[in-house]
Amino acid sequence: MGAVAPWAPAVTAGGQESSSHLPPVLRESGQREVFCGLTSIVWLHRRMPDAFFLVVGSRTCAHLVQSAAGVMIFAEPRFGTAILGERDLAGLADANEELDRLVRDLLERRPEIRTLFLVGSCPSEVIKLDLGKAAERLNGQLAGRVRVLNYSGSGIETTFTQGEDQALLAMQPLMPASDEPQLLIVGTLADPVEDRLIDLFGRMGIERVRSLPPRRSTELPPVGRGTKVLLAQPFLSATARALQARGAELIPAPYPFGVEGSRLWMRAAATACGLAPAAIEAVLAPLVERGRRAVAPHREVLAGKRLVLMPDSQLELSLARFLHQECGMELVEVGTPYLDRQLLAEELALLPAGTAITEGQDVERQLERVRAARPDLVVCGLGLANPLEAEGIATKWSIELVFSPIHGCDQAGDLAELFSRPLRRRNLLQFS
Amino acid sequence: MRIATSMEGVHYVLHAPQGDTYADLLFTMIERRDRRPPVTYTTFQARDLGGDTAELVKRSINDAVERFRPEALLVGESCTAELIQDQPGALAGGMDLGGIPVVSLELPAYSKKENWGAAETFYQLVRALLKPQLPPPGAAKPSPARWRQEGRRPRVNLLGPTLLGFRCRDDILEVSRLLGELGIDVTVVAPLGARPADLLRIPSADANVCLYPEVAGPVCNWLERSFGMPVVRSMPIGIGATGDFLREVTNLLEMDSEVIAAATNAEAEQRSRLPWYSRSVDSTYLTGKRVFIFGDATHAIAAARIASRELGFQVVGLGSYSREQARDVRAAAKELDLDALITDDYLVVEKAMAEAAPELVLGTQMERHSAKRLGIPCAVISTPLHVQDVPARTSPQMGWEGANVIFDTWVHPLMMGLEEHLITMFRHDFEFTEGHRSHLGGAPDGAGIEASGTKQPTTGAAASTETTTATAVASAAAGATAAPAAALAENGLHWSPDGEAELAKIPFFVRGKARRNAESFARAQGLHRIDAETLYEAKAHFSR
Ligand code: SF4
Ligand code: SF4
Repeated sequence: MGAVAPWAPAVTAGGQESSSHLPPVLRESGQREVFCGLTSIVWLHRRMPDAFFLVVGSRTCAHLVQSAAGVMIFAEPRFGTAILGERDLAGLADANEELDRLVRDLLERRPEIRTLFLVGSCPSEVIKLDLGKAAERLNGQLAGRVRVLNYSGSGIETTFTQGEDQALLAMQPLMPASDEPQLLIVGTLADPVEDRLIDLFGRMGIERVRSLPPRRSTELPPVGRGTKVLLAQPFLSATARALQARGAELIPAPYPFGVEGSRLWMRAAATACGLAPAAIEAVLAPLVERGRRAVAPHREVLAGKRLVLMPDSQLELSLARFLHQECGMELVEVGTPYLDRQLLAEELALLPAGTAITEGQDVERQLERVRAARPDLVVCGLGLANPLEAEGIATKWSIELVFSPIHGCDQAGDLAELFSRPLRRRNLLQFS
Repeated sequence: MRIATSMEGVHYVLHAPQGDTYADLLFTMIERRDRRPPVTYTTFQARDLGGDTAELVKRSINDAVERFRPEALLVGESCTAELIQDQPGALAGGMDLGGIPVVSLELPAYSKKENWGAAETFYQLVRALLKPQLPPPGAAKPSPARWRQEGRRPRVNLLGPTLLGFRCRDDILEVSRLLGELGIDVTVVAPLGARPADLLRIPSADANVCLYPEVAGPVCNWLERSFGMPVVRSMPIGIGATGDFLREVTNLLEMDSEVIAAATNAEAEQRSRLPWYSRSVDSTYLTGKRVFIFGDATHAIAAARIASRELGFQVVGLGSYSREQARDVRAAAKELDLDALITDDYLVVEKAMAEAAPELVLGTQMERHSAKRLGIPCAVISTPLHVQDVPARTSPQMGWEGANVIFDTWVHPLMMGLEEHLITMFRHDFEFTEGHRSHLGGAPDGAGIEASGTKQPTTGAAASTETTTATAVASAAAGATAAPAAALAENGLHWSPDGEAELAKIPFFVRGKARRNAESFARAQGLHRIDAETLYEAKAHFSR
């Protein structure tokens, strides 16, 4: 397997000039089949075990986080729901009182909680329950024992992964100010993956690497003019901007998915930190070589296969780039819930010319296009997967991509395997 | 939504934000459905809120009708949409949809629960469709025996089964077969698998079987009031109850005495393996097993009867989240000298479960998780369920075959109990030493095997981990999950070296239970130190 796609090395320097060859984007609006931002809680609470996420919402919200995420996946959730009842809707004063009582009960039961996130939902937003005020009030009452923060994960304002963006944004004011030089990796990574990346950066010669969110919710990294922000996830628009507003410099790079994405991502960070190309290459070269070897067998399954990505996790563009560039897949349609042209500039530049990108969704029409195109693989949400499989179209759950460790060169083989598996499985099964 | 998805030819337009579309995956994932639910969500966003969300509702309704051409349209709103007061039902009413019957659902989301919503939806749909057929007030009730005059077989409707219900698909097969054997036909099964046109045929049956009162209760009552249709209310779950059910149906339809006789208990007993399996010597160990039951009212009540009478268990807790049927559950609990637990807070259930210290839990997926935490075996008997509760094979809960399925699924998690008396016989056998786990190593869920029981017990560090597990159980019982170390200090319990040594002699798969018993005994006695004597005292105390 020597035929690795001859991708062009990244020519993008600043991220802006590439906008001239941006592909046209089809904007759609209609029924959207995407989770709301509350879903991010599921990985955030694993990242910060000393934090608790209290959703202030309706029964739907409780059901979403408890059954869809909590009951089905974890036995010991670090999240709960304060359910707004009729009484609360009638009078906001009641709702606030009820919330305070609930928080007190919760903290009594869970003395280990250090940070409490009040998570807003559609109903709390529609009735204009001011969770910012509530957080302030509770911070006053709890006098430093627990920090109370708030953000919105509501489905009318956020999709799926945007919940994390909002949560990180909420933590940002508590980050101390410091101008000391540091590399700040922003976005939840699996612990072992993060350890590995920090180790690799260390080998290149970057000493101070910190991350947001931190593993302990109280140990927030500082931020200031010496901070170079390296986004590990492409859905952190608001957080990135807030950090820039505090003097941090955003490193433009593609995202660390696949060998190439990871290579460019690490190289961009190392270059921004002023390291010599030789030092960078010395660390990267063996990683890249091994990563390519790991991807190769999956490329054999995936090459030439036609792919549609439905808008879901906001990782779609990066995955499309990886699956095309490194796995040889043909991109039929790449959907994204919303397009942040600045944060995705580097990725857009690496996509083949003429890639059909759609922003937003009209799920019925998109499904019609899928049926007409009959791709070999569709990356989509859980609600669509079985129905598509039943129509004879192989699928990959997009949610697995936010739960699995897929960042970095070392994970590129695993990442490719997530996509080749459904296809291999189809070839394995035989009922006659 | 469960009603619309259960049926054919019905479409539901739901005014809801985008995140609410997650509801689709309950059907496509838990039930492995091969189709998306027939639901169009308006998925309004914050920026729509300033504008005209009513317009969005109308557009969604139009699009849905055009695309899906349903035979009937349901229109409703989720919790959030209720707050913005667009009243989609009224909007739909004002639209020209080409004569499709539109049922506007008024489901006060903030005060009512899901089963209530399903029952109400089913009721409103049936009522809207049957309106033209309503007999004039004061019309004579049809005779349940009119089948004889009309020279045909008697027929009934099976009402209440839905998707995401517990084994509804298989129950319908089993109940239809039972009735067929007695010469009774099934006219309409609804909502599961029915089309709006089928609902129109409901009144042509002689009686309604209210198979799942959680969903069919209001419809059956209304059909009884308005159409004079009698209702069969026994639930054929378990041997005794299946007999009751058959007697009720045959009596109600005024069938011949031989047919009714065929439904006697003596006959009935021959039909299922449960009675014999339960009497067989193998089942001796089931005697007086303590069982804790929680689920929907239908399954919880049935489970209490089967457990206490047909399996010889001792029911130590009975409860339900079905507030609408709370009275029935309370009555069933009272018969067993218990106070029914009526709540929808799983933490309250978990606490009650821990206090009752059962040997088996029969519950929903929530209780399965709680039981797992407490290290108690569990079988799922009711919704909410998980993909693993939707087996590929036919596994009804109702009728004779249902009783067989129940015997297997409840007794299986207790199989460890069987080993319990083997222990006394073979306690020095190498098979039972640690390290040699034989087939037990990979037991599903760890049900029946204590997490703590799988650890090496005697070294100091490991022992404290084990104690941690036990104390975590205690703190979980209090609804808390305090840090283990703190809980340990709170309890102030210590195992003496000889206590530890004695404990280590107990086979690993019952060791956790012995440890728990000893600790709860020590606490009750106000002891701080557990030595070998305490262990034996506890053993004597807990032996029956
Ligand atoms: S009450 Fe329950 S069923 Fe009704 S809209 Fe809210 S979450 Fe959905
Ligand atoms: S979309 Fe809104 S109402 Fe629905 S679960 Fe998410 S936050 Fe709750």
